[in-house]
Amino acid sequence: MAGVKPLAGQPNSGLTRKRNIWNILHLDPVLLSLLLLLMGAGLFILYSGADRNLAVVEAQAVRFGLGLVVMFVLAQFEPAVFRRWAPWLYGVGLAALVAVLLVGVGAKGAQRWLALPGLPRFQPSEGMKLLVPITAAWYLSRYYLPPTFRRVMIGLAIVLVPMGLIIQQPDLGTSLLVGMAGIFVVFFAGISWKLITAFFALVSVSAPLMWLFVMRDYQKQRVLTLLDPESDPLGAGWNIIQSKTAIGSGGVDGKGWLQGTQSHLEFLPESHTDFIVAVLAEEFGFIGMLALITLYFLIILRCLYIAVMAQDSFSRLVAGALTMTFFLYVFVNIGMVSGLLPVVGVPLPLISYGGTSAITLLAAFGVLMSIQTHRRMITA
Amino acid sequence: MVWDEFKDTAGERRLFQRRALVMLVMVFLVLAGLLGRMYQLQLVEHETYTTLSDKNRVQVQSVPPPRGLVYDRSNLLLAENRPVFSVTIVPERVDDMAATLTGLQAILDVSEEDRQRFERRLDEYRRPFEAIPLSYDLSEDEIARLSVRRHEFPGVEVQAELVRHYPHSELTAHALGYVGRINRDELARIDPVNYAGTNYIGKSGIERFYEQVLHGQVGYQNVETNARGRILRVLERENPVPGEDLQLHLDLRLQRKAHELLEGRRGTIVAIEPSTGGILALASVPSFDSNKFVTGISAREYRKLSTDIDQPLFNRALRGQYPPGSTIKPMMAVAALDSGVTTREKEIWDPGYYQLQDSGRRWRDWLRSGHGWVDLIEAVAESCDTYFYEMGVEMGVDTMHHYLSAFGFGEDATLDVSGALEGILPSREWKRANRDEPWYPGDSVNMSIGQGFFLATPLQLATATSLIANRGVWVEPRLLKDIKGERSVQEFLPAQTHKPLTLKNPDDWEYVIDTMEAVMHGAKGTARRAGAGASYRMAGKTGTAQVFSLGQDEEYDAEEIRERLRDHALFVGFAPTDEPKIAVAVIVENGGGGSAVAAPVARELFDAWLEDFPAADHAPLVEPDADGGSL
Repeated sequence: MAGVKPLAGQPNSGLTRKRNIWNILHLDPVLLSLLLLLMGAGLFILYSGADRNLAVVEAQAVRFGLGLVVMFVLAQFEPAVFRRWAPWLYGVGLAALVAVLLVGVGAKGAQRWLALPGLPRFQPSEGMKLLVPITAAWYLSRYYLPPTFRRVMIGLAIVLVPMGLIIQQPDLGTSLLVGMAGIFVVFFAGISWKLITAFFALVSVSAPLMWLFVMRDYQKQRVLTLLDPESDPLGAGWNIIQSKTAIGSGGVDGKGWLQGTQSHLEFLPESHTDFIVAVLAEEFGFIGMLALITLYFLIILRCLYIAVMAQDSFSRLVAGALTMTFFLYVFVNIGMVSGLLPVVGVPLPLISYGGTSAITLLAAFGVLMSIQTHRRMITA
Repeated sequence: MVWDEFKDTAGERRLFQRRALVMLVMVFLVLAGLLGRMYQLQLVEHETYTTLSDKNRVQVQSVPPPRGLVYDRSNLLLAENRPVFSVTIVPERVDDMAATLTGLQAILDVSEEDRQRFERRLDEYRRPFEAIPLSYDLSEDEIARLSVRRHEFPGVEVQAELVRHYPHSELTAHALGYVGRINRDELARIDPVNYAGTNYIGKSGIERFYEQVLHGQVGYQNVETNARGRILRVLERENPVPGEDLQLHLDLRLQRKAHELLEGRRGTIVAIEPSTGGILALASVPSFDSNKFVTGISAREYRKLSTDIDQPLFNRALRGQYPPGSTIKPMMAVAALDSGVTTREKEIWDPGYYQLQDSGRRWRDWLRSGHGWVDLIEAVAESCDTYFYEMGVEMGVDTMHHYLSAFGFGEDATLDVSGALEGILPSREWKRANRDEPWYPGDSVNMSIGQGFFLATPLQLATATSLIANRGVWVEPRLLKDIKGERSVQEFLPAQTHKPLTLKNPDDWEYVIDTMEAVMHGAKGTARRAGAGASYRMAGKTGTAQVFSLGQDEEYDAEEIRERLRDHALFVGFAPTDEPKIAVAVIVENGGGGSAVAAPVARELFDAWLEDFPAADHAPLVEPDADGGSL
């Protein structure tokens, strides 16, 4: 079988890899160092974005630590374990999403949290970001690829059901990320370009219908404000105008760390959460943004490498989808803050302050590391 | 793991690799696109956003100039500026406005009106992060209560501003006028730049007339602020030019005296210094507390004042239009002499009435038995109506109108008195236009003793009296005496427009003044009791104006009819006769007779001005804290 042989051009033999300390720890050193670099930079910017509030930085560092532990633990499992458990956990996740709609708690008109006795409050939609692509990969990789039309439809159903439940909360940002994670699986599985074209055609037809029948007023408002932020400069447009001003006034090399007037004089809203990239752009300028985007690109590159190197379809689909989800975070967040996309509440991965997303992301990297470091064991 | 179908593992790998490559290209393009966006914002449009960012950060703030102070002629302060604390709210910083307002109402004295006014302002256009005032003039207790619980009310701040205060508000309300909050109409009229940061504007009187002088020139400062509008530091500052301090001719002591003399009555006193035209006293009683109008009077209090039967808000001195009655006789005497219808020697027979034609309507003299043979001196001294009836008919309306116009009747002859009315000086044209009737000789009869259509304000009467005291030299009445600082008073005071009233025989002035002296000092003078025992000579004329007219032969008893229907008591006069220092017009509404009620009031004013007050006259304005001078 072709998959058994090491790929041509791969520098390490199986034997050396086994003795490698990183393989024993089941960690990928390249990915880990890139992530640590990103998280370190994140804490550094967070200190400025949170207006020198060390407590915020410490809380974020604790979350990073927790996330790294989760990453490390997940990396110890073989990918097959995820494949076995995914459908069951997916079922539990669906049940939890239904429960959220029935008995969930939340604020500002959205019900996103589940408070079960004896458990800490948690957000089931967050876990679905991992479970949906893994489950879709489990289903599609059971059969030959590319999948038949019927299987594509079933795969999409696996994606759309939780997506629909999350939209009901309502949480457009998360449901899009969950949905896209699943759709990436379908794409990587080899869905035909005809179907992809048809899909985009469907989207362009259904978008007006979504506008009329599905989208909530606040979501429509976000889109309208994006199209013309000046129309409501003190209300919904304020965030975009202020973040663009912060970015633009940063110039080539920025105003300097802690010197951003937009963030420190409180003109920039959410300067330590969703809009933190504007703080970086203001204080470190275009050079800072170049460095950040390059870092994200390197991480994505490494993850795609891991995906390509993976030795079974399930692992490849999972690794590819998780990588692209990570990319999607970066794209949606920076696009939103720079005024290219509507304001949907998507954090900048591993930079924005906020617990659940950092832990989910690091868990995803744990899955990727598991795929990368268990390769020999499966095939040997 | 059950694989129920044959899997082409290598094929699947190649398929995945192709798809991953597509994704990699897409990722690269998208990230490059994001960088391109950054390039556009940070390099191409950098200037624009730097400007926006500075505009956010740096704000030009207006620094309102302190309003000029107003002093009386002896440098007593009449209008000053006092710090007043108000509660303001920045709506952008308040999460729950209703809860905040209710919370504030619990610890502060915020009236429903304040709250409604505030809520109206919320709906109007305003600058973002602009503080909107909720309640003015906090007490120290309220400030303390608020500061203790400040943290419960984000967006709520206490601000100090300088607000006009009148230390003698009741005394000076009608003479000075007052300032008040700028209203919508005024907002449309004023220069928005110069009034940025100013909340008050002169509403009446001196405050209104000299608004531009008192207001000054706005200054500004560039300040760095945060998004909440809190000032972090001042970057640059251009100081405002304070408003000019004004000194008035008004004498606070005489003004107080005038108010004391009218205490408990309704009436008005205007006193003018003939040589300068300076208004020494301008009293209208009852008065009101003008301070209440500055920060906004409550509707209840305003209703109380405006519906008060005694009309405290009504400025009788400038706007009260009364029939001048017999006080017009000295001016009529001037007209009759100069026009030649009478001479110093001419005598007429007064049977107690005047009849235009035999068996026609009779106009009564106030003395029903008649004065018998009277010459001009007796006619003025004893206030013989019949003499003037005849003069009036002989002169005719045109001649009377000509001379009375020269005395300033029928116009606002003042230079800087805001809101003075013109009264009515009737003429043929006036009657045709207003009554659609020709002028009848009977109208001349009424006009000759200041009745009929003829109406004059107390200020006009004082002005005309002052013209007699000046022997025909016009000096228009004015309030402004001096301006502090280098600028000259002539810059602000309008120019004089009246020509002197020259008589064919200038000595007729002395003759008419003699007749007025006879009123005060003559054996049969109507005001001889008021003139008795004075160390100086004075000239005057009493008058009584009917509040409602009586039929020809009706009689009435002043005691029997209600007090408010009694005649108005009038007096005009000046003193000393040879070198006049003060000319007055006194009206006591429903006071009864001029000689018994109004003349003694004038006498007390003369005494006060000529004898009691030290000659504090004309102390120049003292520069407070004069700086410079040393090298």
